[in-house]
Amino acid sequence: MEQHTNSGNPNVDLAYRRKKNAEDMKHQVISFVLMIFLTLIAFFAVGYDKFSPWFSVPFILLLAAVQVAFQLYYFMHMSHKGHEVPSVFLYAGVFVAFLTIWAFMTIVWW
Amino acid sequence: MSTLARKKGVGAVIWDYLTTVDHKKIAILYLIAGGIFFLAGGVEALLIRIQLAVPNNDFVVGGLYNQILTMHGTTMIFLAAMPLVFAMMNAVVPIQIGARDVAFPFLNALGFWLFFFGGVFLNCSWFLGGAPDAGWTSYASLSLESPGHGIDFYVLGLQISGFGTLIGGINFLVTIVTMRAPGMTYMRMPLFTWTTFVASALILFAFPPLTVGLILMMMDRLFGGNFFDPAAGGNTIIWEHLFWIFGHPEVYILVLPAFGIFSEIFATFSKKRLFGYSSMVFATVLIGFLGFMVWAHHMFTAGLGPVANAIFAVATMAIAVPTGIKIFNWLFTMWGGNIRFTTPMLYAVAFIPSFVMGGVTGVMNAAAAADYQYHDSYFVVAHFHYVIVGGVVFGLLAGAHYWWPKMFGKMLSEKLGKVTFWLFFIGFHLTFFIQHFLGLMGMPRRVFTYLPGQGWETGNLISTIGAFFMATATVVLLINIVVTTVKGKKADADAWGDGRTLEWAVASPPPEYNFAQTPLVRGLDAYWIEKMEGRKGLTPAEPLGDIHMPNPSILPFIISLGLFIAAFGFMYHKQHSWSLFVGIAGLLITLGSMFLRSVIDDHGFHIHKEEILEAENKGVKA
Ligand SMILES: [Cu+2]
Repeated sequence: MEQHTNSGNPNVDLAYRRKKNAEDMKHQVISFVLMIFLTLIAFFAVGYDKFSPWFSVPFILLLAAVQVAFQLYYFMHMSHKGHEVPSVFLYAGVFVAFLTIWAFMTIVWW
Repeated sequence: MSTLARKKGVGAVIWDYLTTVDHKKIAILYLIAGGIFFLAGGVEALLIRIQLAVPNNDFVVGGLYNQILTMHGTTMIFLAAMPLVFAMMNAVVPIQIGARDVAFPFLNALGFWLFFFGGVFLNCSWFLGGAPDAGWTSYASLSLESPGHGIDFYVLGLQISGFGTLIGGINFLVTIVTMRAPGMTYMRMPLFTWTTFVASALILFAFPPLTVGLILMMMDRLFGGNFFDPAAGGNTIIWEHLFWIFGHPEVYILVLPAFGIFSEIFATFSKKRLFGYSSMVFATVLIGFLGFMVWAHHMFTAGLGPVANAIFAVATMAIAVPTGIKIFNWLFTMWGGNIRFTTPMLYAVAFIPSFVMGGVTGVMNAAAAADYQYHDSYFVVAHFHYVIVGGVVFGLLAGAHYWWPKMFGKMLSEKLGKVTFWLFFIGFHLTFFIQHFLGLMGMPRRVFTYLPGQGWETGNLISTIGAFFMATATVVLLINIVVTTVKGKKADADAWGDGRTLEWAVASPPPEYNFAQTPLVRGLDAYWIEKMEGRKGLTPAEPLGDIHMPNPSILPFIISLGLFIAAFGFMYHKQHSWSLFVGIAGLLITLGSMFLRSVIDDHGFHIHKEEILEAENKGVKA
């Protein structure tokens, strides 16, 4: 029975893996800092009363989308090899959900 | 623990099936349960046709007719076609990809029992004050007004069986992604596996909208919600959208596996590899994709406006392109082939013109402006029966005859099989062809009677006669099954002699571990390649060793039973206050058994090398 494991091949040379892990760690720390930063911006955008809701609502939604991407790609390793099928299904799901909401917004409620 | 080759009593066999997690036995369970519901739906169809045979008839009238009509549609789609498709998938797909079981055997059993109890719950309505009566689409403006508990049975029963379907779909996705044998790349997968894969993806995305719709409906009906009630600020159209966002892909969930079955049959009995394999895969994926962008073609007359109607009309017509690709590929597969007209092949050949007619009327219906004429008339009834019967039912009958020896180890009688085919084929066209014209002459769907003198008498009588042909065909099929089971001739591993895919390389029926050694797949039609190189069996990809198997479990049955009890409890909570406790008790049974499942360590068991060797040797001699 073939096993498609997501962890790397144990036979791969150890030095390479150590370097790769260090790199991953760096990415994770950077994206973690960025995510905290984005969250602070989101709080600021809502709290700052000079911004109208017409700006701040789409703006924090955009920030949320960026955060989801960070979460998926850096913390849940979707950028790694062996995640192609899950990403296909994820995007297919996003596509169907988007179509549905779009249709409701255009032809049902308005 | 091994159950290899041991005679058992009736009680032991029943217990075996109640607790089984083996995909081959679950396939048989799906086949039996789906077959029984198919017979129930068929009897309902006959009652409908008897009532409509002559004008001003009073055989079943008014409310009762509405219940029969609703239950015919609901039963046939959710309780007959879906489980029978799952029966084929379970029987074949794991073996076709060279696996020993599905990815989650326990979930596989759970999926079956949820479907089963949901279906039984739905049919309990007949004995408890009346069945649902708002049509299989159960539009909210109608169903919210329906008195009694009929619609509640519909909502709760479909919710339970819908969970089962969703679980089954996810299971097959994971199985096909992760359990393929070495060398079985995506582009070497048999087409039935491919269509199962795409249909499972459609289940994954199409059933949640139905679940949401059913939950909203449940809130409105049972717990004082107002999602669909315009008087209280709701919107009744939301149900229609949610239902059809599920409902249109559902057609492809059913018909794509049927396409897969036909692809296997055309290749096998034309003794040729499937023409245009990669374009077949492409067309399957494209149909699945487009299937989500067309649902509003069921709602052209709901008042969406010309822009929305035009977009959905064009998107719908686009589906004719990949479907056409498939039709031509099947024709070219037969072209120049060494054709054997076995029973499955007869269904496959008859499927092409029948399904094309359903497709042509589909494009006619897709023209939004013209649809205002066809809508709610018998033209639509004729259209979808050509698609569902001409596509799905032909596919299931073909698949049942084709894989029967693989599932049960005995060949169905070809003579009786052909009688069934001709009766069914003639009956099908007699019943539904004339309905196109009844529709064009203005006969509306879902009415329980009509007046004489409108030119509808002859058409309706012919249609009813056709229905009895199909009923006779079904009886012949049942006789065939009984005769075969009692004294059928034993099937070889390669039962038809021309098998191309892996399932024909293992014994009929296969041993519980499927493959003594996981095979190495060296191309499309893996078994055919080995045969052409003069080998008897498959090239193994691993040495012979102990095989790890999952333990059987009664928990899937109990989990589903809990939901069944809970559904009764919540349904009657308005009349009887104690009923709420029944509901909670049912949920506790379900959650309790889920808890047991997570805390009890179950490591399965091993079938030892010696036992496998012994079983394999016996298989060779027999
Ligand atoms: Cu449709």
